[in-house]
Amino acid sequence: MMGAALSRLGRTGSFLWSAWSGLAALSLLAALWQAGHEAYGDFILPAPLATLAAGVAILSDAKAWDVALLTGIRAVEGFAVSALAGAALGLAAGYSPATLRLARPLVTVLLGVPPIAWIVLAMIWFGSTDGTVIVTIVVAAAPLVFVGVAEGVMTRDRGLDDMARAFGAGPVKRLTTLGLRHVAAHLFPALVVALGMGFKVAVMAELLANVGGIGGELARSRANLDVAGALAWVTIAVAALIVVEYCIVHPVRSEFERWRAAARPWGVKR
Amino acid sequence: MTALTLSRIGHAYFGRTVLDNIDLSVAPGEVVALVGPSGCGKSTLVHIAAGIVEPLRGTAAATYRRHAMVFQEPRLLPWATARDNIAYPLRIAGVGRRTRHGRAAAAAERVAFDAVDLDKYPVELSGGMRQRVAIARALAVDPDFIFFDEPFTALDAALKRRMQDLVIEAAAAAHFGALFVTHDLMEAARIAHRIVVLDLNGNGIAGERALEGEPRGREDAQIFAAVQTFLKQDPLFRHIHDVDERRVA
Repeated sequence: MMGAALSRLGRTGSFLWSAWSGLAALSLLAALWQAGHEAYGDFILPAPLATLAAGVAILSDAKAWDVALLTGIRAVEGFAVSALAGAALGLAAGYSPATLRLARPLVTVLLGVPPIAWIVLAMIWFGSTDGTVIVTIVVAAAPLVFVGVAEGVMTRDRGLDDMARAFGAGPVKRLTTLGLRHVAAHLFPALVVALGMGFKVAVMAELLANVGGIGGELARSRANLDVAGALAWVTIAVAALIVVEYCIVHPVRSEFERWRAAARPWGVKR
Repeated sequence: MTALTLSRIGHAYFGRTVLDNIDLSVAPGEVVALVGPSGCGKSTLVHIAAGIVEPLRGTAAATYRRHAMVFQEPRLLPWATARDNIAYPLRIAGVGRRTRHGRAAAAAERVAFDAVDLDKYPVELSGGMRQRVAIARALAVDPDFIFFDEPFTALDAALKRRMQDLVIEAAAAAHFGALFVTHDLMEAARIAHRIVVLDLNGNGIAGERALEGEPRGREDAQIFAAVQTFLKQDPLFRHIHDVDERRVA
């Protein structure tokens, strides 16, 4: 027990420690941004610190939190629906080759249509409501999850399935102890992409459908030619995504991928 | 009284018959080595007997309580520690976490798997240790019958010998019956009570030879002599080393 707790503490520590390299990358981006600011001036590209200050000013207003929360909830709702629908359909298709053969071209069609086209259609169907945003996210993100899960099921190790059968495991046990565990490794990268897609599409749909949220604020900043405000809202949207990704998705994934880390005991990890 | 009875087993892959008319029975506590040239259907037969493959014809009747299986590859779950791998069949059977970890540790001890390595993942273990885990996994369910499908083919000579000793000891101690597939006559002569030779084309059993004494008490000289006699004088073993790669499934 003690050893398990210690190793968990160690893993958490090394995860937090790895934040330095992430911070270094963000600082590099800020430096480039600053250089751009100094070359093109305040109007085209406000300084990163000024943007940060604008962001802080926005967030010190309680109303702004509601706006950000509105977008966050829409993005997460759309993400949740895509994750559930994509994973369920992906599992079904992975275990049934005929379904997969039918679904593949449909996925290509869905992924081939740009999200912007879906926004227009969804606006016609649902008007200026949450539905427009969520439907657009689902259409854009669910196929990604679907493909990830279906690939996961198809690349499962049949040898392990046979082993489990030899030890008396029925289909349900094999699915819960082997299938899902293997699929999880493919599911997580797909979820990360889908989550990013969810946030981006949410902001875009809000901007075009004029339904408030961060996208709505961006539209207003554009109308007022308020570049610092627009950049501040973008920063807030990206920050929200980073928080969700590094506080939820990455810890869960590294818990699933512990054995991979064990394969390379020395050197830089991830 | 038999532990396992195969009657008139026949099987085909995509219309190509690989096994036909196989009758075989194994007594409780008896270790039977199933030998034959590569590609004659030994693996398929043991997979049918273990319930992994449905036979096209015939029936496999088991009167033993619980079986286990060791494969040619270790077939460990890459994401689980050695302890969880050994406990995996118990997890399938719905045994509680604490109990199954205790039984996993006991099984690991029986195959001389070091307790400090129980928390390692398969990628951190050597080939021999992985196969040890696979054997411990089979022993963990306390089986009275074990299927071995060429379990030591991929190991080097010294390791192979150690693993064979392990199986001989475990079989004598736990008194389980076994169907041991191998194409190594030497291995068969060390481990088994009886050697069954499968027909070159999988068409029935070509014949069988009983070995003297208990596997545990056998001297190396005795085993060598037996194998030499089989290979030089016994027509039953004439095709044992024939290999046709195209038929290796």
